[in-house]
Amino acid sequence: MKNLDSVFAAYMAGWTVFFVYYISVARRTAALRDEIERLKNSLNRGK
Amino acid sequence: MKKSVLSATVVLLLLGAAAYGAFFVAPTDAKQGVVYRILYLHVASAWTGLTSFFICFLANLMYVVRRQPRWDWLGVSAGETGLVFTTVVLLTGPIWAHPVWGIWWTWDARLTSTFVLWLLYVSYLLLRTLVEEPDRRALLSALFGIFAFIDVPLVFGSIRWWRTQHPQPVVMGAPGSGLDPTMYKVLFFTWFAMLGLMTLLLRQRYRLEAMRGEIEIIQRELEAA
Repeated sequence: MKNLDSVFAAYMAGWTVFFVYYISVARRTAALRDEIERLKNSLNRGK
Repeated sequence: MKKSVLSATVVLLLLGAAAYGAFFVAPTDAKQGVVYRILYLHVASAWTGLTSFFICFLANLMYVVRRQPRWDWLGVSAGETGLVFTTVVLLTGPIWAHPVWGIWWTWDARLTSTFVLWLLYVSYLLLRTLVEEPDRRALLSALFGIFAFIDVPLVFGSIRWWRTQHPQPVVMGAPGSGLDPTMYKVLFFTWFAMLGLMTLLLRQRYRLEAMRGEIEIIQRELEAA
């Protein structure tokens, strides 16, 4: 099984990129959801 | 929420099946041995990245014609998703190249045009951070996105038009080129699974961009109040 370490490294690198991106989008979405709530509250207070 | 969990589960199952196919169903390559199995991640990611850039290109064209924010949101979402898949291509390529070619990288037409493609879409995303006004930002980035897509046919044609260190195409290549039928099946199944992952990421990213649009509207209302 020559070069199995390269196969392992490539798949690890690939899946890490996808996973990190998925988490980054989920975190940004959660932060924006909070921001929308905060802004809506400010808007309601102003009315 | 339930629908998104269900679609994520389906995509994970597809990716798991694709990985099983790549490691246990596809035969080992006679010349390269086990290291060729990187092909399933590398090539499927490349095709998916190019598909995503094509969606970005269409969305940019639609924005220029219609000037509706949703096309801008789709454009940036597809551009970013395509960039993620191309990043995987640029990481897995050198890991595969090193044991096979004896070098990590060479500036041949395929590798260079792919790296330029990556840089173009990084610039596309950076450009958006430089313009404050939403309509102007959307138009400028749509025009830049249309320009950036010019590199996609170059990436596709580079191994057909010029002599490269990178291998000849496995699909739509010269007579005698190609893969074993089982390898083809596994490769196309992996691409299908990757398209599922792309759809999942694109949908999430689009939702994020739509929320940004909503925030800009609320902020304008607050400023007017």
